[in-house]
Amino acid sequence: MTPRRKRRLPQEAPSPPPLAPDAGEEAEAGSPERLYAVTGLHDGGRAQLDLVTLIVARSAPPPSGTPEQAAVLRLCSAPLSVAELSAYLDLPFSAMTALITELIGADLVQARAPIVRQALPDRTLLEAVMHGLQRL
Amino acid sequence: MDFNASDAVPAIPGPRTEERLPQTAQAAVKIVIVGGFGVGKTTMVGSVSEIRPLTTEETMTQAGIGIDDNYGSETKTATTVAMDFGRISITEKLVLYLFGTPGQERFWFLWNRLFEGALGAVVLVDTRRLDVSFDVMGRLEERGVPFIVAVNSFPDAPRHPVEELRGALDLAPEIPIVECDVRRRASSRDTLLTLMHFLHSLARSGALT
Repeated sequence: MTPRRKRRLPQEAPSPPPLAPDAGEEAEAGSPERLYAVTGLHDGGRAQLDLVTLIVARSAPPPSGTPEQAAVLRLCSAPLSVAELSAYLDLPFSAMTALITELIGADLVQARAPIVRQALPDRTLLEAVMHGLQRL
Repeated sequence: MDFNASDAVPAIPGPRTEERLPQTAQAAVKIVIVGGFGVGKTTMVGSVSEIRPLTTEETMTQAGIGIDDNYGSETKTATTVAMDFGRISITEKLVLYLFGTPGQERFWFLWNRLFEGALGAVVLVDTRRLDVSFDVMGRLEERGVPFIVAVNSFPDAPRHPVEELRGALDLAPEIPIVECDVRRRASSRDTLLTLMHFLHSLARSGALT
């Protein structure tokens, strides 16, 4: 058998701040009704977008918009994750978030936040995922 | 079929009609599948995904270090890495995304973004090249990301009893090790379910932080 591995220990302060300021307080956030929408822009003016933040168009492409903006708005007539947008538009994630940040600023799209792994265990969410997988 | 939107507009690739999420989709969670090249991550993503697996890229540009050039411009090196991913609708409101990422060090700059908020990870290993996953497991342990180990059962790979693998991988007794045929949807699904049960047990015992 191949060489043996040595287990490592968790390092101090590994957890970055949650994507929403109050996410940690919602112990039962697994219920989708309790999810929040990202509306504000954070430091540096870049919206805090995750690969799995769902983006939805709020309006049709305005005539004044750029072709890239129009492309995003057309794709987001149904909710679509930032990762999927990045894949379909062939844009790196960082370029994609810059584009979406503009659109959020112009109130042309809404970002539906991902559920972050909670400081408090959220069994409801885990159970929902389990049931979903069992139906596959 | 909706052709209106594409009138007089160059066609952009997009989801097929049957791949569109319902308007009720509110939120998404993610699971990360980590493993070396060729271990079967993309196959696993594809076997359970409801959409054709997609690829997202990120480029890291790094200023050259220790390079003093006379023209005042920085020497930069760019690393582009690609991740394949797929999607599973859990309910009409909740969506699960699966990301496959290679474990090599040059991908680690992506990890903050990738693992932030992730439910957990599946480390896919090939028993012929067990050591390529050592660093990955160490990184997950350091970050406190819960993971299980799935052994992709390549036909010509040596078989080891689970406890022997556990010893070689120095895994805690509670960490599940499963065999998986990543080409089979049911087998990949069961692997994900094993991860979910593990996460659930951690949540029950209050160990999930």
